[in-house]
Amino acid sequence: MLSVQGLVAGYSAAAVVDGISVAVSAGEMVTLVGANGAGKSTLLKAIAGAIPVRAGLVSIDGEDVTNVPAHRRVGKGIVLVPEGRMLFAGMSVDENLTLGAHLRTGPAARRAVAEDRERVFGLFPVLAERRRQAAGTLSGGEQQMLAIGRAMMSAPRVLLLDEPSLGLAPKVIGEIFSALDVLRDSGLGMVLVEQDARLALRHACRGYVVRTGRVALEGPAEELLDNDDVRLIYLGAWHETKG
Amino acid sequence: MENAELLQLAIAGLKNGSIYALLALGFTIVYAATNVINFAQGEFFMLGGMFAVFAFKTLGLPLIAAVPLAVVAVTGVGVLFEVLAIRPRRDGDQMSLVIITVGGSLVLSSLARHLFGSDALPLPEFTPGPSLAFAGAAIERQTLWIWGLVLIAVVALTMLYSRTRLGRAMRACMQNREAARLMGIDTGRVVMISFALAAMLGALAGVAVTPLTSTRFDIGAGIAVKGFAAAILGGLGNPIAAVAGGLLLGLIEQAVIPFSSTLKDVVAIVVLLSVLFVRPQGLFIRERKEKT
Ligand SMILES: Nc1ncnc2c1ncn2[C@@H]1O[C@H](COP(=O)(O)OP(=O)(O)OP(=O)(O)O)[C@@H](O)[C@H]1O
Ligand SMILES: [Mg+2]
Repeated sequence: MLSVQGLVAGYSAAAVVDGISVAVSAGEMVTLVGANGAGKSTLLKAIAGAIPVRAGLVSIDGEDVTNVPAHRRVGKGIVLVPEGRMLFAGMSVDENLTLGAHLRTGPAARRAVAEDRERVFGLFPVLAERRRQAAGTLSGGEQQMLAIGRAMMSAPRVLLLDEPSLGLAPKVIGEIFSALDVLRDSGLGMVLVEQDARLALRHACRGYVVRTGRVALEGPAEELLDNDDVRLIYLGAWHETKG
Repeated sequence: MENAELLQLAIAGLKNGSIYALLALGFTIVYAATNVINFAQGEFFMLGGMFAVFAFKTLGLPLIAAVPLAVVAVTGVGVLFEVLAIRPRRDGDQMSLVIITVGGSLVLSSLARHLFGSDALPLPEFTPGPSLAFAGAAIERQTLWIWGLVLIAVVALTMLYSRTRLGRAMRACMQNREAARLMGIDTGRVVMISFALAAMLGALAGVAVTPLTSTRFDIGAGIAVKGFAAAILGGLGNPIAAVAGGLLLGLIEQAVIPFSSTLKDVVAIVVLLSVLFVRPQGLFIRERKEKT
């Protein structure tokens, strides 16, 4: 469904993402793991259109969206849950969700949007309890849930997730990842970037190991979990056995 | 001082303050969308009066047509200004954008001088007649017009921000422009609309006050300082606080008059500097807006 081919992107002269190809189909979660600064966030931003693509192709269901600006790429079904969540801190949970559905206008969409809001509340009941609370006053876990919920309000086909577990307690991470499993099983495609490579590879079907802007290794998630190089470098397997 | 005298000063303060409030709103709206202080804001005020005089005197239109026409025309100037001067450098650094607005301000006032001359140009009151007496003080009819227009502008703006999809998008841009873009909001369009609104509010202030003060090509810079001081006093970024800042500045100015009428015009600068030194987030905003 989402296909990224030979993507090059960066901020200054040097390319931070230097020819990465990634594919995701509906109902599939793929994960990108790699060291800090490898270019994972940059890749997601380029797929979402937040930074320009210098070379390569981004397409969804065969439609080329490489040069579609960020604000219209949401309408194509690609939405980013950014690193650091980027909520509208002074606005309520409800308003943040409404803004997620900004492009869905008209009487026909209204009902679908209302249903999606209920779906988000079903997925993250704590958000329903805090509908009127300002997003900036939510706990870290609740904020991450809201960031995912807000993205879901755009009725995406592919969700790009940048480190959703960052700074969260294991229990909350568990809740968030079970919600992601539910979304995946409902047919959503997902590209997950995670610090915690073990966690990511356990939930994903396939994984890509990114090293300095290129894909160093790719394959089914179980294989990567078993791969000695990957275990050594990215899973910290030096000290532990595979659990 | 007697009560009636005090009341008279308060009326004058609230009259000028309403004008500052409209200009402060213009600064705030553009700042919210771009993080840029638009120093051309005062020129929208000047052009409002100029266009109204032109439509009334030169074109011979009745005031009831000339005034709205002037506001609409200046709104158009605001859009043009954004498209021609801001948009090409929109991704540039803030400093160059601020300098562009300073340059734009000079260009607009020079153009106005070229087109309308350098004399002070009067405009009749919207509804001429004797002042109204109120508890021993006098209120000019035009002052009531100013208050009425400011009230309508503030209510309309509040509705826009709180009730409409566009207003919600504008508030989202205020809080986090990058996130707004990721949610499908066309932030470029929000910037353009912000300039249009700022120009409209500036023009509204200009046409409302010209019958009392007349207008001239070079009044923009002076009023911009006051509007800017009011916006800073309120705390840039919050429309309601901008209005409060404007009214408060108007009142402070009047409070100074009994001591020295020549000091009145320095008040804005003193207020501006004091706020920047002592309370940069403004009087009415509890914390700096957080960036998530
Ligand atoms: N806005 C920016 N401007 C300039 N350089 C940037 C910017 N954002 C990231 N970079 C640089 O691009 C490189 C890749 O950054 P990126 O955020 O994509 O890495 P990452 O793989 O997501 O790392 P992490 O795991 O730490 O989040 C880094 O060297 C970083 O310094
Ligand atoms: Mg990152």
